[in-house]
This record gives sequence, C-alpha cells and structure tokens, in this order.
Amino acid sequence: MADGDTQIPKLDDPLQVPCIKPGSMDGLQPFLAGPEHQEKLGFPGQLVPDWKERTLAKMKEMAEKNRAFQVYLDICVKCGACTDKCHYFLGTADPKNMPVARQDLLRSVYRRYFTFAGKYFPWLVGARDLTEDVLKEWYSYYHQCSECRRCSVFCPYGIDTAEITMAARDILAEVGMGQKYANEIIGKVHDVGNNLGLNPKALTATLEDLEEDIEDDTGVSVRLPIDEKGADILLVTPSADFFAEPHIDGLIGYAKVFHQAGVSWTLSSYASEAANFGLFIGNYENMRLVSQRIRKAAKDLGVKRIIFGECGHAWRVAYSYLNTLAGPWDFLDPNYPVPQHILEFTWGEIQKGTLKLDKSKNDHLTLTYHDSCNVARASRMGETPGGQFEIPRNVIKAVCNNYVDMDPDTIHESTLCCGGGGGLLTDDLMDLRVKGASPRMTALQQVTESHGVTHMAAICAICKTQFSKVMPKYGYDMDSVVSVHQLVSNAIILDGQETEEDATA
Amino acid sequence: MLSTIYALLFYVATILIVVGVALRVRKYAVTPAPLKIPTTPAPTTKGGVVLRMLREVIFFESLFKSNKWIWLFGWMFHMALWLVIIRHLRYTIPGNTPFWLDFMQPFGKYAGFAMVLGLAGLWARRFLVDRVRYISSPSDHLILVLLIAIGLSGLTMKFVSPTDIVAVKAFMSGLWTFQINTLPTNPFLLIHLGLVIVLLIIFPISKLLHAPGLFFSPSRNQADNPREQRHIAPWAAELEK
Repeated sequence: MADGDTQIPKLDDPLQVPCIKPGSMDGLQPFLAGPEHQEKLGFPGQLVPDWKERTLAKMKEMAEKNRAFQVYLDICVKCGACTDKCHYFLGTADPKNMPVARQDLLRSVYRRYFTFAGKYFPWLVGARDLTEDVLKEWYSYYHQCSECRRCSVFCPYGIDTAEITMAARDILAEVGMGQKYANEIIGKVHDVGNNLGLNPKALTATLEDLEEDIEDDTGVSVRLPIDEKGADILLVTPSADFFAEPHIDGLIGYAKVFHQAGVSWTLSSYASEAANFGLFIGNYENMRLVSQRIRKAAKDLGVKRIIFGECGHAWRVAYSYLNTLAGPWDFLDPNYPVPQHILEFTWGEIQKGTLKLDKSKNDHLTLTYHDSCNVARASRMGETPGGQFEIPRNVIKAVCNNYVDMDPDTIHESTLCCGGGGGLLTDDLMDLRVKGASPRMTALQQVTESHGVTHMAAICAICKTQFSKVMPKYGYDMDSVVSVHQLVSNAIILDGQETEEDATA
Repeated sequence: MLSTIYALLFYVATILIVVGVALRVRKYAVTPAPLKIPTTPAPTTKGGVVLRMLREVIFFESLFKSNKWIWLFGWMFHMALWLVIIRHLRYTIPGNTPFWLDFMQPFGKYAGFAMVLGLAGLWARRFLVDRVRYISSPSDHLILVLLIAIGLSGLTMKFVSPTDIVAVKAFMSGLWTFQINTLPTNPFLLIHLGLVIVLLIIFPISKLLHAPGLFFSPSRNQADNPREQRHIAPWAAELEK
C-alpha cells in the first residue's frame, strides 16, 4: 500500500479504545520469502504439499519443547484484560489485533486437534479446522504483532502474545511461508555478519570517514577501531548505527565515551550486528547461529568484555538469551556482567566523573524518552529491577537540561511500541506501521502541547528508523527522534577539544 | 438409587479432576522453558518470584493494573469462592468441625452473594463490551452460567428452601469411607450437587486450568538473572554437542 493511502488515526488520548471494526486489516501481509531466502535458513522454499501434517507436527513439537506455548494455549480464560492493550488494535480497531483474538487464531486450531473439548465439541470452545485460509490468516495477523509484550504485562497469568506470534511464524516458515524481510536479513547475517550485508572493507571505510568527521568537528582524534585483537571491549551494535540517521550520531557518542573513559575497544567485522532477527521469526536455531558469531568474535579478538550498543530487541537477546545461546562466558573478565549495555557503561563513567559534560549544548532541545518495548519488558540494566527505566533517563538528565516524561500509562513497563518492531519494519507494512504508531505519537503530541517537547530520545535502532519514517505523518520533522548517545555526544567535552570559546578567542 | 448414582458420580468426578489435573500439571512441569522470558521488571531472586506470584494469586496484581472492572468482579468472585469452599468443608468432614471452621460459617454464607454478583458482572461484560463479546465462545458463557447456577442453587437452599443438611453431611462425609448414606431429594440440592460434579469433570479439560497453570507461566515464575546464571533447556543443550 502506498504511504498516502493510510488514514492517520485521530486519538484524543494515547490509550483511547476504539469500537471494534471487524475485518479492517484483513488481508494485509508482508511479502512472502522466496525460495532463496527460505532455504538459506533451513526452511522449505515454498508451501509444502503436506503443510497440514507438518503444521500439526510442529505444534505438537512446540508443546513439548516450550512450556510457554503449552501453558499459554491452555490457560487463557478470555477475561478481556488484554483486549485494549495492543497499539495495533488501538490504531486499527481490527478485533483480530486484540492480543487474545490474535492468540485465538492459533489456539482455535490447537483446541481442535490437541484437546478433548475441541476434538469432540469444536463449536462449543471455538475450535476450528486447519485450512489453507487459516494459514493465510495466521500469516497476515501474526505479522501485525510486534512482539512487544505490552499485553503480557496486563494479563493476569502473564500470557505473552509474543510467544504465540513467534511460534506461529516459526510454524509458517517451516511449512514454506516465511517472511521475506526478516529471512532475507537473517541470511545476510549468516553470510556477511550484519543485516545490511556490509563487507569488512565497506565497514572499515565507513568508520574511517566517521573518525574524520569527529576530528573535523572537535579537533580531537577519536578512534573507531575494528577487528583489533587484544582490545578490552568488544562493542556489538546494530548495523544501522553505521549508516542511518540518527543512529550514526549515537555511534559517535559511544566512541567519544570510550575515548574519554580511556578504555580500549573494538568492533568486529565478523559480528558486526547486534540485531538478531532470529528472535522475530521465533526460530531458536537461527537465533543461536547469529548469537554464536559474537562468541567467535570475542574469542578470536581476545576481548575481556562485551558491550552492546543501542538496540531494543538486540538487548533482549543479549541480556536475556546470550548466556543461553552462546555462553558460558567464562573466558571473559568475571568482574563485569556479560554482556553490558552501553548505557550501563556510560552511566558508570558519568558517576565516576570521567566525562566532562556541558548540558547547555542540548539546550535547544526539550526532550522526552521513549522506552523501547524489548528493553522495558524483556530485559534489565544495572543491578536492580527497573534499572532499564532509570539508567537511560539518568544519562539523558545528566546531559540535557530540558526533560519531560510522557503520560505515565505510556512509559516504563506500560510503554507503547513504536509500531515497527518485531520484524515489521518493512515498507510493505507501512499502513500498519503508521497506524500502530498513533498511540505513541498521541502521547508525544500531548507533551509537545503541554511542555513544548521538541525531540524524543530512543535507544533502539528499529524505533529510531520507524519514528524517523512515521513522525512526519504526525506533524514532526523526521529528525525529531534522537539517539540517547547523540545527546551524550553533543554534551561531552573531549580532552583537548576546541570549544566555541577557543574559536572566538 | 439416587444416592448411589450421586455417590458414584462423585467418585468418578473426583478421580477425573485429580488425575486430569495431575497429568496436566506434570505436562507443564516437564516441558522446559528454553529461554528466560520473565516480564520485566521482574524479581531477581527465587524469593522475589514467590512474592510476585503471591501478589498475583492473592491480589490479582496484573489484572488490577489492567482493568478495574474485570478486577473488581473477578477478584470478588474468586475470593468469595474461597470462603464458600471453606464453609462447605463442614459438610464433608466427618463428625465435629474445628472451631475456626465454625467461625468461618457466616462469612462463607454471605460470600455466596458476592460470588454470584461477581460472576454476574463478568457475564454482563461478555454481552456489553464489544471486545469481550467478540472473543467469547459458547463455553465461556456456559462456564459462567454453570458457576452462577451452582451459586444460586446453593443460596436458595440456605435462604429459601432448606434441605436436611444433617443428612447431606452424613452422605458427603460417608463417601470417604465408601458408605453410601441417603441423600435428601430437595431439587435444589440435586441440582447443586449435579452441577458441582459437572464442574469437577470439566476442570482438567477446560480453561479452568488457569488455576494450576498460572504457577507455570514463565513470564511470571522466572527470576530475572540471565546474566548471572546460565539457563538452558535439555533439548537445547543437545545442540551444543
């Protein structure tokens, strides 16, 4: 669908609940992965003839291998607590975008083939036969979920629709209906090491350009090393940080912080990607393969610590899964958590006082902060629960004078997805992305009106790309979304840096 | 004759719920959670997880955050149900009842009203709220109808048409020792007990599994300590060989 066709939902309140409009998003779907993108990941190239048997076999296998899948399909009572919690439902009013209804697309089939009630009384419990139309419906609506877990916060049993979405996508890929966007990208990581397919040469050239930019800007030579054996820290960051705006300003920020902290660090061309779209497609094996690259890079380079750059789902995989998928990390320095988030590092340095910061450099901005879903609800920073909310805000407040939070029901664990997460950051889903962003955009508009907020900071590559694309539709400039380390970069005064006073003196 | 049928049904229903739930719980327990997925912020220790779970079970914490109406009706129903169940213990324990159980009687008696009111509120939502109407299957309505009917038939016996409660106690407590005493034929009693038997039977094959299932929900029962402690499922460990 072309961008211009999307109707921007007008909400009076970020969480305004629409009346249901059945069928309003029927048929929307991202491009199917072709054989070349399917087979590289170990999936069949197209819909297999015995898709029905294989779907049911896969469901049975999942019920044996994944407790969440089994328990969540069994225990939902349809209380309705989640029905108004999904940003895609709020933005589209399609009832199949209510978390419970989305789960039911799969649960209805589970009941039909795997439960007593569904086998003998399908009409009673909403069980249905598995048909090709059901697969198509799955493909459509399981690609209208960003796996953000907002519903799971509010479910009395913690049922996480993301788990069901991931399972459904995994099943679909296994019978030949994978998603082009995600699978193509995972294939690039397997081949080259990052989502963009940037080879080491291009990557090195990009980093050299950045070093020049920083020197032109500050008069200080700040390095962005790559593949340097013996460095203490391996930085793993989303490849969007190498070229996209405002991501790249964040990368400059990390480099300045490392420089000023006096630590030795390096990027890796082999593991030049923090993102792990294996999470999005719910495939353990692919997620594990991508993670293993980081282990290999850490071993080959002989680093002592691993730090992740600003990326939401990457931090989930890093914080929550890296130990599982690529651990144990007993060959790294045990004095540091593995891995660390760049914000944990920067906040540590701010507290130690190693960074000279001039907050007034950000005085032209009034900021708010968008908690990224995967950071907020699927990970942590620092020592205590909730550190993932405090540390980014602490850092922003340490480098900016003007900071305001959005509506408390739309931040912290209740944060709203940007609308582009979970493998939906593709142009073929633009209509959904624009609508799904409306609750967040409405919350932002509120603080713009009440407190004159001009910019929103984020720590997720997907959020940043999504917002720079959809914000113009809501009356903001595309550069109204900024990296947190971009703000740090603005405020940091490097040793020997030429300041404006020097220039005028 | 009637007494024998009811006695047999009680035995069958008891076996079905005990065995059915045990099998289900075993399934949940032996199925591994391959990844750490607590909904964060989450407690970092086992003790913290126990507290989180207690808050969920006792106060319905997440539901309270979500929707005050569902919370009000749902919490009222569940807590009243506990009081009512405790009160009913006197009819199943042979002989004299302990002091605390006598003390609980009036609470349990009036909790019956709260229980039905809570259920009625939950049922009303299935008609009045378009989102909840959309997600409701016939079974979602029928389970509420079943519980309401159990509550109303019980209240009717207590407040309108009493049965021979001494005989009921003799019947129920006799079941422990396979003695089948005569069950009174008050129609409300027969409806009440018949519906309870239905409830016991459907428990392990319906969404009523949410009661034991909640304790196995990985997003609620996992500690947030993945960096400190390596978590790996047995089948995933195989991949490393």
